[in-house]
Amino acid sequence: MTTTGEITFKTEPFVLNFGPVHPSTHGVYRMRATLDGEVVLDIEPVFGYLHRGIEKLAEERTYTGFIPLTDRLDYISPMSNNLGYCLAVEKLAGIKVPERAEYIRVIIAELQRLANHCIAVGSFLSDCGAMFTPFMYMFREREKILDLFDMVCGQRLTYNYMRIGGVSQDIPDEFLPALHKFMGTMPGMIEEWENLLKQNEILLARTKGVGILPREMAINCGISGPVARGSGVKWDLRKADPYSIYDRFEFDIPTGEVGDCYDRYRVRVEEMKQSLRIIKQAMEKIPSGPIRAEVPHLIRPPAGEAYAHIEAPKGELGFYIVSDNSIAPYRCHVRPTSLINLTALREMVKGWKVADLIAIFGSIDITMGEVDR
Amino acid sequence: MTVPLAIKEIASQIEKKYPGSIEEAAQNSLVVKSDSLLAIAGYLKDTEGLKFDYFNYVTAVDYYTYFEVVYQLTSLEFNHTVILKTRCYNRENPAVPSVTGLWQGADFQEREIFDLMGIRFEGHPNLKRIFLWEGFQGHPLRKDYLQ
Repeated sequence: MTTTGEITFKTEPFVLNFGPVHPSTHGVYRMRATLDGEVVLDIEPVFGYLHRGIEKLAEERTYTGFIPLTDRLDYISPMSNNLGYCLAVEKLAGIKVPERAEYIRVIIAELQRLANHCIAVGSFLSDCGAMFTPFMYMFREREKILDLFDMVCGQRLTYNYMRIGGVSQDIPDEFLPALHKFMGTMPGMIEEWENLLKQNEILLARTKGVGILPREMAINCGISGPVARGSGVKWDLRKADPYSIYDRFEFDIPTGEVGDCYDRYRVRVEEMKQSLRIIKQAMEKIPSGPIRAEVPHLIRPPAGEAYAHIEAPKGELGFYIVSDNSIAPYRCHVRPTSLINLTALREMVKGWKVADLIAIFGSIDITMGEVDR
Repeated sequence: MTVPLAIKEIASQIEKKYPGSIEEAAQNSLVVKSDSLLAIAGYLKDTEGLKFDYFNYVTAVDYYTYFEVVYQLTSLEFNHTVILKTRCYNRENPAVPSVTGLWQGADFQEREIFDLMGIRFEGHPNLKRIFLWEGFQGHPLRKDYLQ
């Protein structure tokens, strides 16, 4: 019911379908939004348009043969998926990774975080209505990272680079100089965006105080990564449960205070600076030596189970693997960061306008490949 | 470093409070009977000194003779973790209580298990298929599913 002066209008909620094919849904996400005029009353997410049964496919592949499929989970950051899976199998089979490989992995994983946050921030700004200009700025930087990845593994999107016990091949001689050059330009680029965006009035108006996720709700919903840290949860697996060699590097965990879209955006930008810090330290200390442990072609981990998790760019990415001492996993479960981070979306968007719904959804940063698997 | 909680210790603590609720105290996981799962999960979440406030994941494994539902919980305050398991031996109509009332994060994951493994979560507010379509026959992650 809406009253304007003396006239009273009768209003009725109606259902609007977003997606699965819509520029703002970052893939094939679909939500059925119940609206009252322009105000969102409720949303119901609908998944499954990209479901490929990856967990079932794992059961009929060898342990190494599953690595290319992990690329297709979160296809914005495949290197992180490779790393998470390899860590789980290494934990299960008790494989020790050589030093040089550990350093390469850290450098690559942090570059991947930079590339992911470029897309996350770029598409979020695009969702806020800043069409294409910031998006292209971010893509320009991501392109340089993709060039670096191209150099180490010959691929630009589905890398398939990590191996159980190390990495598939050593970094070429040109890689470190090229990385050095990239490290020289990247801080200036982040600075440039900061100057353009940090105090931008339109951005502040669209994101400050919008879509607040309270700290308690973030924890209760199992939310991780920049979304949780934006709400003030100081939880980063690189510090809380250090895997690989992350305990050797100095870096901070940026957190937000309010838990609104702006905080989530800020946390991502600050995290990029921290990633640069880690890469810098790793570049200085990288030793020479073997890049892969000696593992058999067909790995048969002893019967048992293992769960390994990493701080992927989007949050906690985990692999739960059960082995029956054969050449293929008996069961391989992926803890999907993107799916779980969507749990609180419904509460976050209630009462906001449709345009805010798009911005709030964009600020969570999901990939449908990981949601649907 | 996240410390796995000593299972023997926590098992005797729970056994004292809820006698007969534990099926097996394995080396790194606690297997509880499904009818006392909710009580134990609530105990782990709310007891001082345990405070498992963060729900890592829930998944299910088909071992032919029974289904095993695996929960991992973490306490952000104390940085310790525990793996909780429950088993359902009824293959025709497997069911375990839903923990969505305690941790909302279980919502989509329980729906996923219901969809792909066919285990019902009693008390779930919106238990329907999440990835596959309505009317799909069978549950693909079961070991006896034929493609």
